Amino acid sequence: MKARVFVTLKPSVFDPQGQTIAEALHSLGYAGIGDVRQGKYFELELDAASPDAARTLASEVADKLLSNPVIETYRVEIDESERRSLKSES
Amino acid sequence: MKFAIIVFPGSNCDHDAYHAVKHVLGQDAEFVWHKETGLKGADVVVLPGGFSHGDYLRTGAIARFSPVMTAVRQFAQSGRPVLGICNGFQILCEAGLLPGAMLRNRDLKFHCEHIFVRVEQTDTPFTARAVTGQVLRIPIAHGEGNYYAQTDVVSRLEASG
Repeated sequence: MKARVFVTLKPSVFDPQGQTIAEALHSLGYAGIGDVRQGKYFELELDAASPDAARTLASEVADKLLSNPVIETYRVEIDESERRSLKSES
Repeated sequence: MKFAIIVFPGSNCDHDAYHAVKHVLGQDAEFVWHKETGLKGADVVVLPGGFSHGDYLRTGAIARFSPVMTAVRQFAQSGRPVLGICNGFQILCEAGLLPGAMLRNRDLKFHCEHIFVRVEQTDTPFTARAVTGQVLRIPIAHGEGNYYAQTDVVSRLEASG
């Protein structure tokens, strides 16, 4: 099973990289783009029995290492497609 | 007095710290590799500057899980002095031994310069030989030196000096 973890700075934390990207886009003429926030994206291959177990495991490592709770938040998505394809073969 | 200087993969100011302790202060100094579990009977622990683990993920985020950090945590909790310089400070923040976190500099530039700090308190081991109001010229070099903490944490730090 796969988990995708998206880590971003908390809304209250200033993101100078995102702001610089937004300014670059505005100078390229993209007036329709407002705020930009830059984050990190992780793909985890998990050995988990169920989507719930996968989510628990991914959240645990996101809390422990992938994000710093002082400045960042994260969101976890579980991809079951691999598991489904294994099922359909059996 | 004996100083333990912790060496992480990517530390690059460990020899500066060794020189300062051994040849400037005239004290005992020993390097301690991050995989070790003891602190060689040190009285002071120094986490030097550098780029531990290449600054991957976040500065100090991986170094905080080094085996030696368990001993550093116990050492700090027993009330003994731990000095984190630059990346060492970032590691102490990530480890939760210091509150707050470091952010990318607001202007996205790597700052390498001398700055001036005024001594407000002389009742700490780190400023005991300075005079209140004295201005110190301190070299800095960092890309993530923007200290961040929640407002209540900052107020608490200010209140405690």
